[in-house]
Amino acid sequence: MKLLVCVSKTPDTTTKISFTDGNTTFNTQGVQYIMNPYDEWYALVRALELKEQAGGTVTLINVGPKANDTVIRKGLAIGADNAVRVDIEPASAFATAKQIAEHAKAENYDAVFLGKETIDYNGAEVGAMIAEMLDVPFISFATNMTVEGNTATISRDIEGGSEVLEVATPFVVSAAKGLAEQRIPNMRGIMTAKRKPLKVVPPVDVPDLVSVKGYELPAEKSECKYIDPENMDELVNLLHSEAKVI
Amino acid sequence: MAILVYASSAEGKLKKGALEAVTYGYKTAQILGTEAYAVVLGDVEDAGQLGKYGATKVYQVADASLNDFDGQVVAAVVADAAKALNADVIVTSNDSAGKTVVGRLAARLNAGCLSGVNSLPTTDGGFFVKKNVFSGKAVAEFELKSATKVLSVMGNTFPPEEVASSVSVESLSVEVPASRIKVKAVETVKGTVPLPEAELVVSAGRGMKGPENWGIIDELAGLLEATTACSRPVADIGWRPHHEHVGQTGVAIRPNLYIAIGISGAIQHLAGVNQSKTIVVINKDPEAPFFKAADYGIVGDLFDVVPRLNAALKKFKG
Repeated sequence: MKLLVCVSKTPDTTTKISFTDGNTTFNTQGVQYIMNPYDEWYALVRALELKEQAGGTVTLINVGPKANDTVIRKGLAIGADNAVRVDIEPASAFATAKQIAEHAKAENYDAVFLGKETIDYNGAEVGAMIAEMLDVPFISFATNMTVEGNTATISRDIEGGSEVLEVATPFVVSAAKGLAEQRIPNMRGIMTAKRKPLKVVPPVDVPDLVSVKGYELPAEKSECKYIDPENMDELVNLLHSEAKVI
Repeated sequence: MAILVYASSAEGKLKKGALEAVTYGYKTAQILGTEAYAVVLGDVEDAGQLGKYGATKVYQVADASLNDFDGQVVAAVVADAAKALNADVIVTSNDSAGKTVVGRLAARLNAGCLSGVNSLPTTDGGFFVKKNVFSGKAVAEFELKSATKVLSVMGNTFPPEEVASSVSVESLSVEVPASRIKVKAVETVKGTVPLPEAELVVSAGRGMKGPENWGIIDELAGLLEATTACSRPVADIGWRPHHEHVGQTGVAIRPNLYIAIGISGAIQHLAGVNQSKTIVVINKDPEAPFFKAADYGIVGDLFDVVPRLNAALKKFKG
């Protein structure tokens, strides 16, 4: 199978979030960046497993500046064959999707993989957009996937349960926990990653539909109110009359 | 100009998020000085009740092939419905259906979109709306600059409000493309409120020591009519089913009450629950990081505290 995996660069989960320029810009000072965990742990690894099972290639794509190459090289170290970076800082999910779709259109991939969302903007929008731009089916939140010939059987999470779907290639799939297990790159992978092809391509023009105007930090949580473990009547009272949740 | 709410349904019933989305659409219509319509797809019981939440017209595309959800088909139908009804703001819920459709609608209509909004729009010099970013660690305000806009509404944020009465459902004729996805099976857990929709959640972690000890958790959840959840390690070692796992890699939830029992509160867990309105933490370790995010904390052995809480709740309920 010829597979494309979209990888995003995000701040590490434990990053302290702050803003500059009057709360209009994310403060990147001291921020540790990682590959978006859903892209790395689930989307990329499942694509590699399918390649190992049936042959083919796994290509990575990232939309972003040269600084993103470290994340791309990690994906190559985990096992992807080659990579494409579209050389522009994407302004929105739409912009990211458009650049990826432009590349994918010309390449006829059997399937496009990506994580269910990024852990920075939590939009879960890009996969659906790529699918629409390519006019192919999109299966979101996949937790299990098997492929026979050109037919994939995919389980996805829905409210309070799951459903099992069957779809023919080509399609776009977004990966959730369960689809695969995280892989740690080994030394050989890290060494060969340096020599694998990473093609930098210019962006296409994208309409400016959405932009961030500013950020705010959520209100500080008030101090925790400690309750005597012997006195659960008090907790019940507080939940009823103060918090008004029961 | 009008607002069109895609009211999602499953197994012939409107989802809770559909009522919330109509409430949001109604309030947005008030701000923009227009009307909110709702559209339902396939067989849906009692769709006219959406009128109660402010939809002045409710349309149904009653094609039975729409009973199985396919985002590609839904986006095509909703986009055509929006064009036919001259709607330029499309609203839906941010559930598994909404999340699959919003991006498609945006791409199809060249529309700016924002998923998981948690504020009503403001219109002073543009169209601005907010959502949580960085897994709840910040809020961002976005400007949508396109003529057509697509929004999905964060769950449990705009409670359904009755403002009018039911309306009659009108049939809408829109071409329904054939689906390229075949639904083989659907499995839902019956009898409990799904986690993303639950208002009360009782969650437990490794402090439980083993799956055989969950009786007190089930009892507490039963007394509160709450949905049960768990931390990642507990799901990973198979003490509890994966669909109960809340946190960054599991389900992100936003209930009115989240009771965390024997969960230390790692940052990845907090990322999935920090939007809960009231958080109660029961843990024997006073240094557990979860207490920093809690509204009410009980430092004690959960095997003493939880049965005491259950007894107190029984007394409260009389």
